[in-house]
Amino acid sequence: MDRRKSLKLLATGAIAAPTVLAGCATDDKKDTAVKAEPTFNLDRNPAELEREKALLAQDKFFTPAEMATITVLGDIIIPKDAVSGSASDAKVPDFIEFIVKDMSQHQIPMKGGLRWLDMQCLTRYEKAFTDCSPQQQIEMVDAIAYPNKSKPEMSQGVQFFKLMRNLTATGFYTSAIGVKDIGYAGNTPNQWNGVPDEVLKQYNKAYTEKELSECVSFDKI
Amino acid sequence: MLVAGFLPQPFAFKISIKIVLLKNIAVIFVGLIKQYCCMGDLQIKKQAKKYDVVIVGSGAGGGMAAYTLTKAGLTVCIIEAGYMYDPQKNITQLKNPWDSPRRGASTVMRPFGDFDACYGGWSLEGEPYTKEAGTDWLWWRARMLGGRTNHWGRISLRFGPKDFKRRSIDGLGDDWPIGYEDIKPYYDKLDKMVGVFGTNEGLENDPDGFFLPPPKPRLHELFIKNAAVQSGVKVIPSRLSILTKPIENDADRKACFFCGQCGRNCSMAKADFSSPNVLIFPAQKTGKLDIIANAMAREVLTNKDGLATGVSYVSKEDMMEYQVSGKIVILAASACESARLLLNSKSQRHPNGLANSSNVVGKYLHDSTGASVSGVLPELFNRKRYNEDGVGGMHIYSPWWLDNKKLDFPRGYHIEYWGGQSMPAYGFGFHIENLNGKYLVHGKQKEAGGYGASLKEDYRYFYGAGVGMAGRGEAIPLESNYCAIDPTTVDKYGIPVLKFNVKWSEHEINQAKHMKETFKEIMHNMGAVITSGADDNEKNDWGLTKPGEIIHEGGTVRMGNDPKRSALNKYSQAHDCKNLFCVDGGQFVSQADKNITWTILALSMRASEYIIDELKKNNL
Repeated sequence: MDRRKSLKLLATGAIAAPTVLAGCATDDKKDTAVKAEPTFNLDRNPAELEREKALLAQDKFFTPAEMATITVLGDIIIPKDAVSGSASDAKVPDFIEFIVKDMSQHQIPMKGGLRWLDMQCLTRYEKAFTDCSPQQQIEMVDAIAYPNKSKPEMSQGVQFFKLMRNLTATGFYTSAIGVKDIGYAGNTPNQWNGVPDEVLKQYNKAYTEKELSECVSFDKI
Repeated sequence: MLVAGFLPQPFAFKISIKIVLLKNIAVIFVGLIKQYCCMGDLQIKKQAKKYDVVIVGSGAGGGMAAYTLTKAGLTVCIIEAGYMYDPQKNITQLKNPWDSPRRGASTVMRPFGDFDACYGGWSLEGEPYTKEAGTDWLWWRARMLGGRTNHWGRISLRFGPKDFKRRSIDGLGDDWPIGYEDIKPYYDKLDKMVGVFGTNEGLENDPDGFFLPPPKPRLHELFIKNAAVQSGVKVIPSRLSILTKPIENDADRKACFFCGQCGRNCSMAKADFSSPNVLIFPAQKTGKLDIIANAMAREVLTNKDGLATGVSYVSKEDMMEYQVSGKIVILAASACESARLLLNSKSQRHPNGLANSSNVVGKYLHDSTGASVSGVLPELFNRKRYNEDGVGGMHIYSPWWLDNKKLDFPRGYHIEYWGGQSMPAYGFGFHIENLNGKYLVHGKQKEAGGYGASLKEDYRYFYGAGVGMAGRGEAIPLESNYCAIDPTTVDKYGIPVLKFNVKWSEHEINQAKHMKETFKEIMHNMGAVITSGADDNEKNDWGLTKPGEIIHEGGTVRMGNDPKRSALNKYSQAHDCKNLFCVDGGQFVSQADKNITWTILALSMRASEYIIDELKKNNL
């Protein structure tokens, strides 16, 4: 690598010199030492609980610089709009940190993909991704966000962005903000009385006499 | 006193285990453990209490036996290899996606997702199994009170008259020693006691019953129904053991409130059937039932006359060895675990394993076949939002509708359907690039992939348009498909493990091909686009699931009239050992294309009533 570029990147925190790395590791340890016992709001059997605790007690998988990149990328993928908040509003970066620990198949593609992105930005803009201007960041993302039209030399980046988009979307739409956004209306006690009349009408469907007489029905409120 | 053959030799020496009284087992009587057997430092603790019946396993078969027998006044002890589980305390129902740190994704301990109510899986720590090279078997093992009944699909189909007499019809496999008329009274009782919704359709091989009203079809199900009927595929309301209305004489269970989460077990209303809610806890209320959890059965114990005297087990909590004795032993550990127990229970009287003079134990192992397609229904893009959770499963299904004489495979399959606006979970939104460049979004052509506000619009646009279907078919039980004791491998408890040797035959492969062709036609009729499952061909057996994968394993301890060709008689009683019964999927001669739980329940109830009768007559 061009020494000049690598020094600049070093300054951004995307690449750390050994001494810096050691410093970071110490900070991380302090972080984990004060972690409280995790609690769960859903059934965990004893062996499962042990496994979850061990998972959560692990050191952070992503460095602060990587988390910063994930946060910026996440909010580019799912920004705040008229309907709902952004990926970071829904704490998607924290979800990604967890899920990558939980699913080891994502670890190398994510870690390596983030580095691929920084190296691309270094080549293009002589800066790490997070230090690029918003315009440069979008230019970079545009180069990898569209699998059918991206340049062949961007293929690894396209693959990384697909994964990043998948995890961001899943993290977002399984959060309280995201579930509200997508409009999922269930997970609550109710009386299923069939497809609403106006919807049946919209699709030109109707229940048969047999269905109406045989099926369970409830008084309409 | 050590029963002959009780311990594998290498295990009997130089093992130092501290004597600790059981503390954390849910129901065990400290102080009853009085007698000790000693060999070297290894101690066997014997419970002083002698039960009328010892049952291994607490799922559908074990639960029903415990329920029927305790209600008749017998004392029962259940040995369960998994954890104690109480659906009123161990809750995943009505949790939100974000209550799971992995948003409902699967783990090795919950392969069907983080909210699924069944602990266990395809791979258990310390409990390996092996396979013959070039063969396949996926073995699901639940490890909890109630076993798989905590998460099953509640599809409750009676076997029909033809399903018991298949050899007479197509010359393959064997007829059952019983017919529909023998089991019908038990299906009738089950319908009323456990509850099942459905409709009487007067179909020859899908018998009528005492059904609760089914829920109305969802929107995608109306589309499916039209499309299937166009191809001559029959569609009727599904038959699931879920209470759409309360049932008589059971105030403890409430009507379904339509959260669609039967896979999480109905902690709130007990509206779906699970062994703990419907059988085990009511049985416990009689005061006649003890449950020993975390207890891995090692062997069925027998005396010099060859009769069963009880069961030995290792406690997973203290790794100590125990024995519990009973006048009658019932195996309900699941088809393969029950076969394993029998094969591991060798003695002078039963040198080939218990109940195995016929040499059939472990053989005729078979599972349902499966194949599926899924995709999207463009007509449902940008659909109106409303709660369509419904019950936990499909509201309609297709029973087998064709005549196999006109086809190149001998047995039928039924079709299960899914789709619609489901709760987002891990995987939601994946691969949007396969949708948003392909279909206009609000009339606009977009480039596949992307990001930003436009992408958010796409996720909303495509949500709820998914649709899919899967077949579940009958396989031919073959003698050459079997599990046997692996001569070289033990689990962490020193119990010899099973080695599997199972291959599909052309019967199942041809059936899978037929499923795929049918599903493609239905999807096409509907205007749906297949996104998964369309590319299977003869090179991958038409996407046929692996043997074991559908988790309907059966046949390993089969019943029959001929003691030379079967392990059990028609009352689920061992030919070779009259006080030993097997009431799980092991006893099945064949399993139709009908999910086997409902028939396990019926056969277990029948065997239990037979036991009560025989005890009255002093025959046991």
